Amino acid sequence: MRRAPCDNGSAVRKAAIALVVALLVLGLPSLAAAGLGDVRARGVLRWGGDLQGGEPYVSQRPDGSLVGFEVDLARAIAAKLGVREQFVQNDWSTLLASLERGTFDVILNGFEITDERVGRVAFTRPYYVFAERLTARKGETRFGADLSQLRGRRVGTLGASLAYDTLSAAGADVVLYEGQEEPYADLAAGRTDAVLLDDIIAQRYATRHAELATLGDVREGVYAMAARLGDRDLVTAIDGALGELIASGELRAILARSGIDDPREAKLESYGHPAGDMLRGLRRDGHGAAIAESAAPRATSLGPGHLWLFLQGAGVTLLVSVLAMAIAVPLGLLLALLRTHGPRWLGAIATGYVEVYRGTPVLLQLYVLYYGLAPVVRVGALTAAIVGLGMNYAAYEAETHRAGILAVPPGQMEAARALGMSVPLALRRIVVPQALRFAMPNVTSDFIALLKDSSLVSVITVVELTKRMTITAVDVRSWLVPGLLCGALYFAMSFPLARLARRLEAR
Amino acid sequence: MSLTLELRGIRKRREARWVLDGVTLSIGRGVVYALLGESGTGKSTLLRCTQGLETIDEGEVKVGGRALCSSGVLDESVRRRIGLVFQQHHLFAHRTALENVVEAPVHVGKMPPAEARSRAVELLERLGIAHRRDARPADLSGGESQRVAIARAMAMGPEVLLLDEPTSALDPARRKDVARLLRGLAAEGTALLVATHDLPFAKEVADRAGLLGQGRLLGEGRVEELVPGG
Repeated sequence: MRRAPCDNGSAVRKAAIALVVALLVLGLPSLAAAGLGDVRARGVLRWGGDLQGGEPYVSQRPDGSLVGFEVDLARAIAAKLGVREQFVQNDWSTLLASLERGTFDVILNGFEITDERVGRVAFTRPYYVFAERLTARKGETRFGADLSQLRGRRVGTLGASLAYDTLSAAGADVVLYEGQEEPYADLAAGRTDAVLLDDIIAQRYATRHAELATLGDVREGVYAMAARLGDRDLVTAIDGALGELIASGELRAILARSGIDDPREAKLESYGHPAGDMLRGLRRDGHGAAIAESAAPRATSLGPGHLWLFLQGAGVTLLVSVLAMAIAVPLGLLLALLRTHGPRWLGAIATGYVEVYRGTPVLLQLYVLYYGLAPVVRVGALTAAIVGLGMNYAAYEAETHRAGILAVPPGQMEAARALGMSVPLALRRIVVPQALRFAMPNVTSDFIALLKDSSLVSVITVVELTKRMTITAVDVRSWLVPGLLCGALYFAMSFPLARLARRLEAR
Repeated sequence: MSLTLELRGIRKRREARWVLDGVTLSIGRGVVYALLGESGTGKSTLLRCTQGLETIDEGEVKVGGRALCSSGVLDESVRRRIGLVFQQHHLFAHRTALENVVEAPVHVGKMPPAEARSRAVELLERLGIAHRRDARPADLSGGESQRVAIARAMAMGPEVLLLDEPTSALDPARRKDVARLLRGLAAEGTALLVATHDLPFAKEVADRAGLLGQGRLLGEGRVEELVPGG
């Protein structure tokens, strides 16, 4: 259909539509405050979770579809609310911060009800009762499934979890992981003494390692969905939906489909609100109740203790960076010399090394070195961090040194050869000392970059400055002050180096 | 007169061109031989080939009767008997003048550092540059830098000294000094092969001369005979 060149009617209609759209868009923030109204208006319940948590919670099939009991639960609840559900991927340790920012409407991802969280989010009634299960290597006799025996032991778990709080209170040496497979792999490799995680995680992941065995359960906990404090109406609506699913047996059927239904789940019917009362009830019911009660309350405001922890984190950052650089500089020089003066085949190997290490993410290299090679080489986390970063940076240093070597005039090598020096001797005495001088400013800049890249080693459980910051931020419920403190410490370490680099450049 | 340096039928190809096309010459003890010729006639290449910095395609280099290269392998002990002073000197930029001279005797000749040092100071004194011993190459003038380069080459006690355009970095007034200095070295028995296109200097310094053109030796004799009116 051809349009009339000047169709006033359609222009007015378009303006009206634009106005309505603009009002809707502008009106969104105010609607966001009323959670249920927003969800209904949108027709979508957005729920946040982390696919890295994997099965049975929520995981992704190769074809892109999502599976897991939480997916089934989200669908069932959305259906009761008369809306669709939509999954939003989010790092598990920052679920709470993202909820508050409004990235999604609810958290639904093995999110435990804890004292700390009760004041910060609005919990629904629980949808799953779990036990914190202690796993160790077979034949472990030094300790049992008793929190009081874990003081000083290296125990792995996930960050910002109930298990982490429990272990911290018990005085254990907690080792933090990002995913659920890694703690058990490390335990099997002998890098930790035990793992404390939710029983459904232990069932799935610990049993893959023949050398591991369950020591027992230390306490119970519950998963519930969590909404922003202001969205009580949404919580009430979800509570209603959950109540119906529990009463009708649908929830138990969903759990059974994922193979995680057990007699403990009968308690779901009696667990209601308010959350605080229920927590007290849980403590009375749980196996480790006495210990949980006696544990010292955790600090929730920034204090001098945190500063000390931050300084320790900065110390780890500096240690990892300095030692990694101590590997990277000589190894890089060797690679550069092989490329510029070595036999062709060795030069090709050096080139291959540089291209592979520069062409793949350092994060991947750390994973492969620490977890992938664990069955072959069992190195500690700190060693793996230093070696991993060192080998990665060696590739960059190789290029820096190569530029330095090529910057030395060829006449220097010729003069040395004319005096009867062999090539290795000429390199050592004449070319390399001058090349290092050319490379120094860039090596210093690379060191500053390494100082910051060293935060990546937290994925292999090394608690350095940035990891300390994220842990503290979760503890004190604030990212601003810990973030500024963390940044100040990085700056205090890198600024003198930057000055040094400028001085070297000026020479 | 014993022959210290012998070049026989030296040929060197660069891509499709013979840059050296059968050069034969010999120099005895205490003789200064000037290699004359325009730029690009292969003077520098001949010096580099004589010192083993570049390979030759045909021919032979001998010092005191011993071949520099036997069955394709460079004999470092023969090479050490030939010193080379580059046109741009190529002093080691990260070392002082004295350290430049000490470097090879200690690390190649395995001489005790103290001995190498005192001999280096002696050499620098003889060349009149000892007062600049602690200067870096970047702070030396062209003439100073050249003397250090000569001292560095002489520190290895070579029987043959090759010099590439020794007057190019000097103002004309200093030519006489260099000529006197080289004559002094020859008087002590060193054979000198000096590539230069500076005729007044060549006349002053050389006992004999050879004229190089298009990779060949066009003639040998006294400088005046080779370049009439030059």
